[in-house]
Amino acid sequence: MNKAGIIGYGVSIPHYRIKTTEIARVWGKDGEHIAAGLGVKEKAVGSFDEDSATIAVEASRRAVKMAGIDAQKIGAIYIGSESKPYAVKPTAATVADALMAGPDLMAADYEFACKAGTAGIQTCMGLVKSNMIDVGLAVGADTAQGLPGDALEFSAASGGAAFLIGREKCIADINHTYSFTTDTPDFWRRQHEEFPMHAGRFTGDPAYFKHVVSAAKKMLEIAKTKPSDYAHVVFHQPNGKFPVRVGQMLGFSKEQVQTGLITPVIGNTYSGASMIGLAAVLDIAKSGDRILCVSYGSGAGSDAFDLTVTSEISKHKPVAKVQDLVADKEYIDYAVYVKHRRKLKSL
Amino acid sequence: MKEALPLMWRNIPERYNLLGSRCDTCGKNYFPQRKVCPNCRRKGKLVEAKMPETGKIVSYSEVFVAPTWFDHETPYFLAIVELDNHATLLTQVVDSKREKIKEGARVELLFRRIYEDSPEGAIAYGYKFKVVS
Ligand SMILES: [Zn+2]
Repeated sequence: MNKAGIIGYGVSIPHYRIKTTEIARVWGKDGEHIAAGLGVKEKAVGSFDEDSATIAVEASRRAVKMAGIDAQKIGAIYIGSESKPYAVKPTAATVADALMAGPDLMAADYEFACKAGTAGIQTCMGLVKSNMIDVGLAVGADTAQGLPGDALEFSAASGGAAFLIGREKCIADINHTYSFTTDTPDFWRRQHEEFPMHAGRFTGDPAYFKHVVSAAKKMLEIAKTKPSDYAHVVFHQPNGKFPVRVGQMLGFSKEQVQTGLITPVIGNTYSGASMIGLAAVLDIAKSGDRILCVSYGSGAGSDAFDLTVTSEISKHKPVAKVQDLVADKEYIDYAVYVKHRRKLKSL
Repeated sequence: MKEALPLMWRNIPERYNLLGSRCDTCGKNYFPQRKVCPNCRRKGKLVEAKMPETGKIVSYSEVFVAPTWFDHETPYFLAIVELDNHATLLTQVVDSKREKIKEGARVELLFRRIYEDSPEGAIAYGYKFKVVS
């Protein structure tokens, strides 16, 4: 069987941050209490000139540089997002032109709430393994919006990650992938509506926990592994608490979850969340490390990946490490945040 | 509408990827693309060339009163940037702390929205730069 793995990756996190306490101040809520409850201290705010397309391009350019390939080698591009700049017009085509990867390639945008980016990784794996392409690009990028005053506003953030999938010189082999999918109405946004709806407490147990646990358990079964075989585990991270709790449920320690847990300092980047977490782990991973990554998308489903880091990792340095992007920041207040995210109708 | 849709489309190689011109006769680089090398005139041989993604600020100014389409962005920084191959361009400098924007500061390429003529209209993407810390 042909193999497929990661040959490069890149991350984009906006420059601006807003603190949970600053959002809470505006709504007369207890910010410290909310930050502790969510496990989110601050979130990344996309600037007025950023959208999921610009974030996808910036992350993808870094991935191509890291892999050290000619972008013309890319045979397929899939962009996962739930905050597309256009309702109809593919972001994948913009990314292709901005990388000078076209015009000879397959391209499409994917939608599956927060797991559309990892669905793109699976598609690229299939195309690479079947020899239809040499290299595929999968991106998860979002500029997530929460209704002002809603609980989601404290975590909905902007950011994204891009992964190049190929078969030669992989920095991490993807040994297995498995997905778990059911029709679950935990979170949605209707056509032409600006902000999403969520089913409150329903978003926990029957949605996130059920799907992530089911996908992870089955993945361990397929890979014939146990939690202690993994150096790191990355889960989708709508907040800072769920990944730690789901890790405990599955038998992973806090330390195994820690490196890939980025939401506490940038917020929930939706399609970007688990992929940025995986990038943060790869930033510090060593040859031979085993990694488990499980995404989650409302509606609902989880994609699980079992990876092994190879010796190639020492030859390919990330263009920008996740922790450096996290540290490159400037705080804004709620008024400037409203301006950047165009929360006033006149903007 | 700020610029016609066909022009926005034709500008994609230049705006997305800094495609300019290099003169094979004298080696000078130009951005945006030129048809004639002012240095060599008829002896010049211009070829398409991708400009480098890094450079330095030559001069800058902070814009408080902006033209239509950019008025919600004030205040913002405009700069003349000299790329590493000595070609120069006019660009917005964003994502940079105010005190870091100065003459000689190193900058790198970003990909951003430049403008949209209306919420229903097409979005023009292109280059901006940020100061490298
Ligand atoms: Zn010349």
